[in-house]
Amino acid sequence: MLKFAPRTSTATRVSTPPPSGGAPVVLENLTRQFAATRALDGFSLAIEPGEFVALLGPSGCGKTTALRVLAGFERPDVGRVIVDGAEISDVPAQRRDMGMVFQSYSLFPNMTARDNVAFGLRLRHQRGAQRRSRAAELLELVGLADHVAKYPHQLSGGQQQRVALARALAIEPRVLLLDERLSALDAKVRAELRDQIREVQQRLAITTVFVTHDQEEALSMADRVCVMSRGRAEQIATPSTLYSRPATPFVAEFVGVSSRVNVARTGDSVELFGRDVKIRGDDFRLDLAVMDALLRPEDVDVEAAADGLGVVTHRSFLGATTRLEIGIGGEAVKADVASSDADGFELGTRVRLSVNARDVLVTEQRPVR
Amino acid sequence: MASLELEYSLAPTEPMEPFSTGRPTKRRIRGGRGLVLVIAALYFIIPFYAAMQFSLQDIQGHFSLQPLSQILTAPGFVSALWLSTQLAVATMMITLVLMVPTVIYVHLRMPRFRRVMEVVTMLPIVIPPIVLIVGVLQASPLWLKNSQYLLALAYVVLAMPFVYRSLDAGLGALDLKTLVEASRSLGSGWFSTILRVLVPNLRSALLSASVLTLALVFGEFTMASLDNWTTLPVWIALAPTNNPRINTLVAMIFLLATCLLLMGLVSLDRSKSRHSRRS
Repeated sequence: MLKFAPRTSTATRVSTPPPSGGAPVVLENLTRQFAATRALDGFSLAIEPGEFVALLGPSGCGKTTALRVLAGFERPDVGRVIVDGAEISDVPAQRRDMGMVFQSYSLFPNMTARDNVAFGLRLRHQRGAQRRSRAAELLELVGLADHVAKYPHQLSGGQQQRVALARALAIEPRVLLLDERLSALDAKVRAELRDQIREVQQRLAITTVFVTHDQEEALSMADRVCVMSRGRAEQIATPSTLYSRPATPFVAEFVGVSSRVNVARTGDSVELFGRDVKIRGDDFRLDLAVMDALLRPEDVDVEAAADGLGVVTHRSFLGATTRLEIGIGGEAVKADVASSDADGFELGTRVRLSVNARDVLVTEQRPVR
Repeated sequence: MASLELEYSLAPTEPMEPFSTGRPTKRRIRGGRGLVLVIAALYFIIPFYAAMQFSLQDIQGHFSLQPLSQILTAPGFVSALWLSTQLAVATMMITLVLMVPTVIYVHLRMPRFRRVMEVVTMLPIVIPPIVLIVGVLQASPLWLKNSQYLLALAYVVLAMPFVYRSLDAGLGALDLKTLVEASRSLGSGWFSTILRVLVPNLRSALLSASVLTLALVFGEFTMASLDNWTTLPVWIALAPTNNPRINTLVAMIFLLATCLLLMGLVSLDRSKSRHSRRS
């Protein structure tokens, strides 16, 4: 187990452990079947030491199962879990040295915040005074220095989650696992905690795996995001790549907002609003004459024009930008305009559309329902 | 005219029923509840009062506490009390050691088996104790037949319905899976998880299971008498004292003690739920 350097803290200073470097993690070809459902279907992921990776996907995509396999609460039917170069697929959860923060409040109700944090240290036979002081330090690290003697029922949801984070960090884990831990909190607390987790993770450089279905959380916190669907990794990339260069139609539609526009193909391009736009990546291999292009709202330029083919059918104020929904040729296209320019786009305004992206992602046409 | 008549007929002349405070109805309900409570209380109190009066009155009809002082010197009382205490402790320990891990396991790993468990644990209530003890005596090896702890083993079966239900309710109130997984992720094995995390959070369930087991052992007559052991209930019924008032007094004291224990449990449970509601 990685050890923090000996501490020389005073009562007034929090001695944050030096960066431990974290451990590299490899999930190799994991398959896990539950009755008729295949939760993981050949899922693979390699995580660098100290990296923060988010597993993102809709409910039932297998992200929680992947985390539980890594934690040791589920055994894969096929595949290997490798941490720090050693295979741990058969190592029980209590011997994996992984700190986990659960989705539901998992604090032990019979223990104070300090005792909860010190629980793992007690199991490691640390002396009473030493573990109490370590617990107090970690609670200070998560901003709960004044709540050490409180029981879980005396703490708010956000405070409980912070205690759970301190408890997971107390055992100096090789890997930190976070299971949709912010989903139960209100928006303000969630944003605060998000920043705090990221700060603590970066300071301690612990390899962290975070499961979420909230793309905003995943994109804002993680170094890399693994988008999952039907037990497989659809794309593993940095948040900006994932958003700007989605590898598959699923990713394009799941991450961010996309509009589908029916297009005709001409060679390795498609015609969009009167302009030829190149097909992105390998998708030109699709052997189809007619397909759907997936457009981000910011990829579409809008211009008010009396002879325009589109009509503004809906508008939503989003702060700096206003999102317009434009009906054109029986399809709905979303486009963002600066809110300062949005006055010219009242409902019913006729508009002309153009694409400002250098290429577009295409996919098969959505089946007609 | 017609419209005026209509207006007149629709105008409320008295407070309408839905807007009334409903106090008479509530009062009637409260009165009804009180009556039921009084009848139930009388049902228990009158026999208890009669027995206490019989025990504590002398021949002249004067009230006296002298029988209380005679209890300890009554022949066979202390040994019967000691035997019942030993059996109660042994039964409680065996029951909890067997049932706590079993019920936890069923909750965690075999949740579908809970219904089967409920039915199985009901069997000792359905099967008469006389049938149970005859079967146990037939099947037991001689060395066990001669031991008083055979009764404890039989009492474990009798206590199963109460203990299972207490533990089932206690575990149902916990997020068991998360607590166990949190404990294990921190490095705790199964034994340590049960002892350090689950048992402290099942305190009231364990307490009620223990008190119910205690009450059962201190009240069980059939099995003990058929197995020829003079436990407290057997002594109360059959002890050759020359003063039946003492036997009755002992029975009443144990009845009262059990009632107080159970009431203590209920109030403990209530104060706990009030506490969690406040927080």
